[in-house]
Amino acid sequence: MYLSTTRATGTPAAAGRLRSARVPATVVALGMVSFFTDISAEMVAAFLPMYLLYGLGAGFLHLGLLDGLYTGASALLRLAGGHLADRSARPKAVALAGYGLSAASKLLFPLVGGAVSAIGAAVAVDRAGKGLRAAPRDALITAATSPHALGAAFGVHRALDTAGALLGPVVVFALVAAVGDAYDAVFVTSFCLAMIGVVILACSVRDRRIAPAVRPRVSLRDGWGLLARHPLRRAAAYATMLGLVTAGDAFVFVGVQRQTGLGAATLPLLPLATSLVFLLAAVPLGRLADRAGGWKVFVAGHALLAAAYALLAAEWQGPVAAACVLLLHGLFYAATDGVLMAHLAPHLPEHLRASGLAITQTGQALARTGGTVGFGALATGWDLRVSFVVFAVLLTVGLLPACVFPPDGKETPS
Amino acid sequence: MSARRRIVAGVCSIVALVCAGGGYVAWAMAGNEQPLTRAAAEAGPGTLVFLDRGRTLAQVPVTDAGAEPVRRARTCLRAYTSGGTTVCLRTVAVPAGFEAAFLRGDKEIAEPVRVDGTPSRARVSPSGRLAAWTVFRSGDSYDPGGFATTAGIYDTRSGTLHGSLEDFAVVVDGEPYRREDRNFWGVTFAADDRTFYATMGSGGRIWLLRGDLATRTLTAVAGGVECPSLSPDGTRIAYKKWAGTRWRLHVMDLRTGRETPLAERAEVDDQAAWVDGATVAYARPDGEGRISLFAVPADGTGAPRLLRRDASSPAVIQ
Repeated sequence: MYLSTTRATGTPAAAGRLRSARVPATVVALGMVSFFTDISAEMVAAFLPMYLLYGLGAGFLHLGLLDGLYTGASALLRLAGGHLADRSARPKAVALAGYGLSAASKLLFPLVGGAVSAIGAAVAVDRAGKGLRAAPRDALITAATSPHALGAAFGVHRALDTAGALLGPVVVFALVAAVGDAYDAVFVTSFCLAMIGVVILACSVRDRRIAPAVRPRVSLRDGWGLLARHPLRRAAAYATMLGLVTAGDAFVFVGVQRQTGLGAATLPLLPLATSLVFLLAAVPLGRLADRAGGWKVFVAGHALLAAAYALLAAEWQGPVAAACVLLLHGLFYAATDGVLMAHLAPHLPEHLRASGLAITQTGQALARTGGTVGFGALATGWDLRVSFVVFAVLLTVGLLPACVFPPDGKETPS
Repeated sequence: MSARRRIVAGVCSIVALVCAGGGYVAWAMAGNEQPLTRAAAEAGPGTLVFLDRGRTLAQVPVTDAGAEPVRRARTCLRAYTSGGTTVCLRTVAVPAGFEAAFLRGDKEIAEPVRVDGTPSRARVSPSGRLAAWTVFRSGDSYDPGGFATTAGIYDTRSGTLHGSLEDFAVVVDGEPYRREDRNFWGVTFAADDRTFYATMGSGGRIWLLRGDLATRTLTAVAGGVECPSLSPDGTRIAYKKWAGTRWRLHVMDLRTGRETPLAERAEVDDQAAWVDGATVAYARPDGEGRISLFAVPADGTGAPRLLRRDASSPAVIQ
């Protein structure tokens, strides 16, 4: 099996260093980039409905058009970002372009005025930047970290990312209270925060210069050619298959609110609980993945999600049940989101790493969208509870091959 | 550049960004100062209570709506006042979200209730006892990209939260209606503090429902009616109706089911408020980049007139 490692650490001494595996400063810096970018992005996401309804007076029918139009486009851009990062061998430059695009889009909002289509275009630019930067950023994290500490490194990054996402709405609502209808101030603040992220990326992370003569030329076919190989093919296939039997988060929250007898007033707080668990568990579960094996943790995470669905289907009442479901839901994210990347990255040839990560992420993202649509159709045509039963069963069935035939037999290259 | 110089350049850039952003926000806050006048007394009949510049609770005689208003130190995204009670839908920073606050004069009469989404409609029953809201949610709609709304009702006297309308039993054409993709919006109350009307959307169709708080049921009474507003005498509803390309204001006689389009030809996306038995007020873009209040006769005659510039959330004390 072809395995590439980020650094020469296949020695027995490396096993001894496992315990003291440190997360490099570069990863913390990339985490801070995501932290500021996510504050900025979530500010706008939380603010946009308010801005359209009260700043521009656009009816909320138009809002629907702005939401979810971009899934396909962002998937394509994710693939493009991965390919460009590999082709140029300069993931930092590509990531910088992505972060820069998103930052610039924040200034587009107040500039384009009231046309909903123009607002839609600004959102599209933001999403394009988001799609473009994901894979190169994950490749940078991989390049900076020893393979034995990748789980922890991705855990640190995702924890900082989530912290930013949690802070964004807080910042924006505090700001709206302070500036009243001076809505431009919200976008300017969001832009400045995003630019802080861009500055940190520009100043603290470096692309490793590889002489063009030394590095292989990368064509589009090479990236897809990865799918012909273990372990990516199997891992990507599993991630996609499991994504197809993942219900959208919103359904989980509605399920928690309805089937645990909590008042409707608690519903807005439920996503915060999931995010908070994700935030707290990302690093510990990343470390666990480093020790026990990433794939095991990834599969276990989906088993936790299946358990959450089963609890929702069982209609066990009360706040304890709600807490259990939300805990499982948050742990699912902590055990899968960064862990899958950490598991795959060392097994990908270095010059195709961003492409490989992008293909996996895209497959998973599109599959989860499909899963959400499927769940929605099932819940509409049948019943919310029955849908959770069906998805719990499907998820469990999907986990069997992932357990029995893991994508590779070895965790560490030798 | 050496590593040290890069760090120095980075730190300087960040400091500059913090100063620029902070300075802009400070400048915006300075421009946000508004002269506040306190309400001298309870708003009496014939008072227009509204949101000045779209956010400050204010009142003015409806017959002289352009006058300098009495402003109160409250900001809301959406508000409504009736029977001495104001419901004010506003933002909360920690944890980030929105809430419904209940005021009598300047005093909060109950704990605010968190609402799940961006406020879009607000109502209070004629007695001032019940308050309702509609919030717009993205992200839990059954088709990604669609929108979802939900409506809730709160009893300010007993502290009962009548849940969101999703929890009520719905009857359409005499049959229980069970589709999960139900959305509710635009509650309006009758005088008995028990009966109310609201809109339900589901499977691409829209109904006017009559609700009963005692039996927790909703019964479909008509189609195509959105954001109903019950007249003071309880016989008619003003509402917006989709006219192919835009929403037009209409009035329906509840006894005969007869629908009358009103003289306002521009699109209205608002829940109207009755000024008296013959006129309705509503907010719409005024063509000059602002949302303003207009009034139009409720019998389809006449023409719309500007009530007040740069204002929203109208309510007229009966």
